[in-house]
Amino acid sequence: MSNTPMSNAHTGDTLVLLKKERTTQRRQRGMRLTFTTLYHVFKRTIVILLFLSLWEVAPKLGWVDATFFPPCSEVLKAWWGLVQSGDLSEHVEASLARSLGGFCLALLISIPLGLVVGWWKSVAEYLNPLLEIFRNTAALAILPVFILLLGLGETSKIAIVFYACVFPLLLNTISGVQNVDPLLIKSARSMGLSSVSLFRRVIVPASLPTIFVGIRQAGAGSVLVLVAAEMAGAKSGLGYLIQYTQFSFQIPEMYAGILSISVIGLGINYALVFLERRLTAWKSTYTDG
Amino acid sequence: MNAKISIQQVQKSFRVRRNLVDSNDQKKPLLALGEITLDVKPGEFMVIVGPSGCGKSTLLDLLAGLTRPSSGQILLDGQLITGPNLDRGIVFQQYALFPWKTALANVEFGLQTKGVPRKERRDIAQSFIQLVGLSGCENRYPHELSGGMKQRIAIARSLAYDPEVLLMDEPFAALDVQTRETLQSELLRIWEATKKTIIFITHGIEEAVYLGQRVAVMSSRPGRIKDVIEIPFDKCTKGEDVRTHPAFIRLRHQIWDLLKDEVERAQAQERGDTLQSSR
Repeated sequence: MSNTPMSNAHTGDTLVLLKKERTTQRRQRGMRLTFTTLYHVFKRTIVILLFLSLWEVAPKLGWVDATFFPPCSEVLKAWWGLVQSGDLSEHVEASLARSLGGFCLALLISIPLGLVVGWWKSVAEYLNPLLEIFRNTAALAILPVFILLLGLGETSKIAIVFYACVFPLLLNTISGVQNVDPLLIKSARSMGLSSVSLFRRVIVPASLPTIFVGIRQAGAGSVLVLVAAEMAGAKSGLGYLIQYTQFSFQIPEMYAGILSISVIGLGINYALVFLERRLTAWKSTYTDG
Repeated sequence: MNAKISIQQVQKSFRVRRNLVDSNDQKKPLLALGEITLDVKPGEFMVIVGPSGCGKSTLLDLLAGLTRPSSGQILLDGQLITGPNLDRGIVFQQYALFPWKTALANVEFGLQTKGVPRKERRDIAQSFIQLVGLSGCENRYPHELSGGMKQRIAIARSLAYDPEVLLMDEPFAALDVQTRETLQSELLRIWEATKKTIIFITHGIEEAVYLGQRVAVMSSRPGRIKDVIEIPFDKCTKGEDVRTHPAFIRLRHQIWDLLKDEVERAQAQERGDTLQSSR
């Protein structure tokens, strides 16, 4: 029950702060700034804290079977155990290497290909139906094919991640190129730009936001597909860890594995959002007080 | 013959592809421009006014070299126009600024194409931003600028690479009245400062009379030059109250009389098109 009173106290403090702030005049800018950040943090974390508390309390009060659903603190303990024994880092490393490998390979192939295909409208018209079929064929449904062709080793895992990433990237890149504002192209052409520089200086930057939609879809997909692939046949990786701990009835460790995956997924997503903000900074609005 | 731009018997027709209409109609090419002949003198401010759908923008695309005439030819300084080039600058109604570039980088865009070195490019761009009165906004992105400011940057961008002719396609049509009138007088100031030949397309009669040295009135589709009206004002004496001057009003009426039937016919054409495509 260690988390509950703490989070309650935190909530209470913030509420008191909120009331105090409302009554005091808002002339002092600095004060108001800390209040706003506090309020922001509160808004972002309160539901998570409540969820963690529920997770902690429910097994302890016997609402759910603690054997299959151990409290949060026990899972964290198991997680720390895995960190200390070095098991976790080994599995995380294996998983990240595979998903980043497949993801980067897909980036290298899909984006240039998508730019070219998008540019030639007729090629895109011919290719799109097939690409749509491939994209809508769940990557995991093809996993047996990959295993048959490429065996159980690293190749088939990287290949499945690659497959899962390639189509969202390709389709978004194609539509990004196709949806560039024709007026911008007209304007650039009227300045006598050659096709090559038109492509480099107008088409690519203009389609970047749409390409990034694909990159984020692929990023999320890469983790998702990989974990499932590791469950189907692997000797390392987080998917394997989860599967293995379940079979050997190490339930807290299993949850620790699941938790690690959410953290990694979250991390990848934030990293991509950050990169997107940096690369498409021109879209963000001026906030000049 | 001393024309800067010489449009000689230019015709332009399009093949319209309409999926809903029976195949007989599809084969008929649509004549957008029917025999246009017009000379524009060096340094002249020529306004082309016409009803909507009369082919004004088609004519501008031809002048820009973005499309080729079906027959006839357009000469710039006696040379046949064969494609787009930096000797002509275009200002579009919808600004067409590159949203991922700052105002300064947008103005530099054409200069970069021209191969001007970086340092010089920056200086030239800065001076043109100053000319359009936006010093201090160099590092803003287009979405941080108002419509009027965007159009000023677009004008600066087109002037920066020093074209012989500035082509303007209803550049102020999307702006509110106050901004429009400010930009109109600004444009006259810029024209006097840079001595560019300007071809300005509009459907606003008052704008045409206020800006132009000559106003070419176009007919409804297929667009022809119906008449060319001299605007005998001295640009320098055009003050704030010029719009209420009796001569100004008389010219406005004269152009309106020329346009009135064309506007009606253009509207009838538009109704006809809608009927046809909904059939």
